[in-house]
Amino acid sequence: MSILINKDTRVVTQGITGKTGQFHTKMSKEYANGANCYVAGVNPKKAGESFEGIPIFATVKEAKEKEGVNTSVIYVPPPFAAAAIWEAVEADLDLVICITEGIPVRDMVEVKDKMRRLGKKTVLCGPNCPGIITPEEIKIGIMPGHIHKKGRIGVVSRSGTLTYEAVGQLSDLNLGQSTAVGIGGDPVNGLKHKEVLELFMNDPETDAVIMIGEIGGSDEEAAAQWYASECRNKKPVVGFIAGVTAPAGKRMGHAGAIISGGKGTAQEKLATLEACGIRTTKNPAEMGKLLKSVL
Amino acid sequence: MKIHEYQGKEILRKFGVATPRGKPCFSVDEAVKAAQELGGKVWVVKAQIHAGGRGKGGGVKVAKSLDEVKTYASQILGMQLKTHQTGPEGQKVRRLLIEEGADIKKELYVGMVVDRVTQKVCLMASSEGGMDIEEVAAHTPEKIHKVFVEPAKGLTDAEADDVARKIGIPDASVAQARVQLQGLYKAFWETDASLAEINPLILTGDGKVIALDAKMNFDSNALFRHEDIVAMRDLDEEDPAEIEASKFDLSYISLDGNIGCLVNGAGLAMATMDTIKLFGAEPANFLDVGGGATTEKVTEAFKLMLANSKVKGILVNIFGGIMRCDTIANGVVSAAKEVHLSVPLVVRMRGTNEDLGKQILKESGLPIISANDMADAAQKIVAAVAGK
Repeated sequence: MSILINKDTRVVTQGITGKTGQFHTKMSKEYANGANCYVAGVNPKKAGESFEGIPIFATVKEAKEKEGVNTSVIYVPPPFAAAAIWEAVEADLDLVICITEGIPVRDMVEVKDKMRRLGKKTVLCGPNCPGIITPEEIKIGIMPGHIHKKGRIGVVSRSGTLTYEAVGQLSDLNLGQSTAVGIGGDPVNGLKHKEVLELFMNDPETDAVIMIGEIGGSDEEAAAQWYASECRNKKPVVGFIAGVTAPAGKRMGHAGAIISGGKGTAQEKLATLEACGIRTTKNPAEMGKLLKSVL
Repeated sequence: MKIHEYQGKEILRKFGVATPRGKPCFSVDEAVKAAQELGGKVWVVKAQIHAGGRGKGGGVKVAKSLDEVKTYASQILGMQLKTHQTGPEGQKVRRLLIEEGADIKKELYVGMVVDRVTQKVCLMASSEGGMDIEEVAAHTPEKIHKVFVEPAKGLTDAEADDVARKIGIPDASVAQARVQLQGLYKAFWETDASLAEINPLILTGDGKVIALDAKMNFDSNALFRHEDIVAMRDLDEEDPAEIEASKFDLSYISLDGNIGCLVNGAGLAMATMDTIKLFGAEPANFLDVGGGATTEKVTEAFKLMLANSKVKGILVNIFGGIMRCDTIANGVVSAAKEVHLSVPLVVRMRGTNEDLGKQILKESGLPIISANDMADAAQKIVAAVAGK
């Protein structure tokens, strides 16, 4: 088992005809069971055409009706990405993974509000994230597939390359991953650390979790506090927080990575994680080693 | 993106928020002329820089005659204004705002941000205006009142009135405060602001509610739909290195240390900075070259780092996922040659075609130090810079 996605997931790519969408759809289709998972694309102007043998439909709804898709991945440019998320939510897909970086915060506030008000069950991952991978089954997103290995460690992170770093260290230590989830670096997004941690805690095939965070907001603290109160002794979790050296008031690349009003510092997050029974390291080269030590 | 106070007030006025009458000025003569045109007996001469804390730094003066306007304008224009937000070198004042004086009875605070937990716009208001709101939040959090605004409804009359009363607006002025608060919310929402702050919002002797200050920041991802706000950008207020970086789609932030670092990905870039610190040195910058690190981008990144005279060594940390390590190695070699690199360079590469990449670095004939992981890389550059 795994969380969120597996070899039976049926994926529609929104933005399949753009350069990024094409490149990553091709790479994802070539990974593990991708050829059977990537069954549809969407572009209203190119409906009826195909890309790499994947049929293109005018709408997500139509892709769902014709191909039975339950998950969408979005590569649509930022000004139109929130509308693309809403289209997938309206079609009642189970999961929407939005890779697009640079979506205005207001657009995300609006789409998330609509999802809540209308009681939509669709799970959103991202935006501005690398995607999700269940190694040797399916890869949805822009991560390099070959560094992953099938196994029993869950990985959740806000950052793309830092996730790859953790995965690479785990694979080097022969510790495979159940699923690796990149939740993205935007301030207003879908899945949070806490929700992904909960999924891993309930997944019988995940034995331990690496949680990677960064400065800004309080999502890591919320996840740690939930872990401390609900399942401290269930499965070990280790953590790393990037940005100990980040100055206050500056956005560090990610829209959400900013220390504001003295809140969201790495020191504060590290202290909370430790207090909640999550061992942390200040050396990002040792995330894998730390995880191994708690198994 | 940040703007000046006078520009923030222009925006707020469009949304019905009351502000004192005022004029932006670029010279002492303009300042005196502005005061004459405004009329009255008291004027406020305000330095316009993007940092806060201007009053304490001597950048805001109350003038009681035109001569005083002239004196203060001459003092403030051109000064290096130092505040807790400018850093020790301060920020040069190039613009002034001349405003009519106000009869302040009470100073209040109102601000807005997007709250990450509720994913709504949060209105924060306090009776403790004029002070550093972070201090109020730290010591007397009960004096800060919050409203999480429903995006579909906007700030309602009831919410606005309630918060106005809580911060001590008398009944007779509540209707006026409502206009100000709802105007602030509309301004925030419609301009895609990331921060809007009025500190202080004042109650005057005759019961008027007026925005005496205005600070607005905007979501850079939404600037494509706000040409009018982009036009307000003042490049003099920004770090030239950061402006240069943005031309090449590089994400760069200057820091105080002496080890330059070039990394792909924001999270990994921060982690690399942290590792440098962990091994006893300080990073000179944050630099994310992004996913598509071409030779041109890597070369520009090297030029940027080396333009900083404090840089005594460079650490390149690339996790080549989809990007191949040989491509990056070629980029690093040609960049190092083009800029005649004279400081130690440590490169750590991981991912596709890693061995090929390392071979390219080795065969380049350049004194590039190769590292196996992030910690090894950090230790090697710290040692090299220390001359060990």
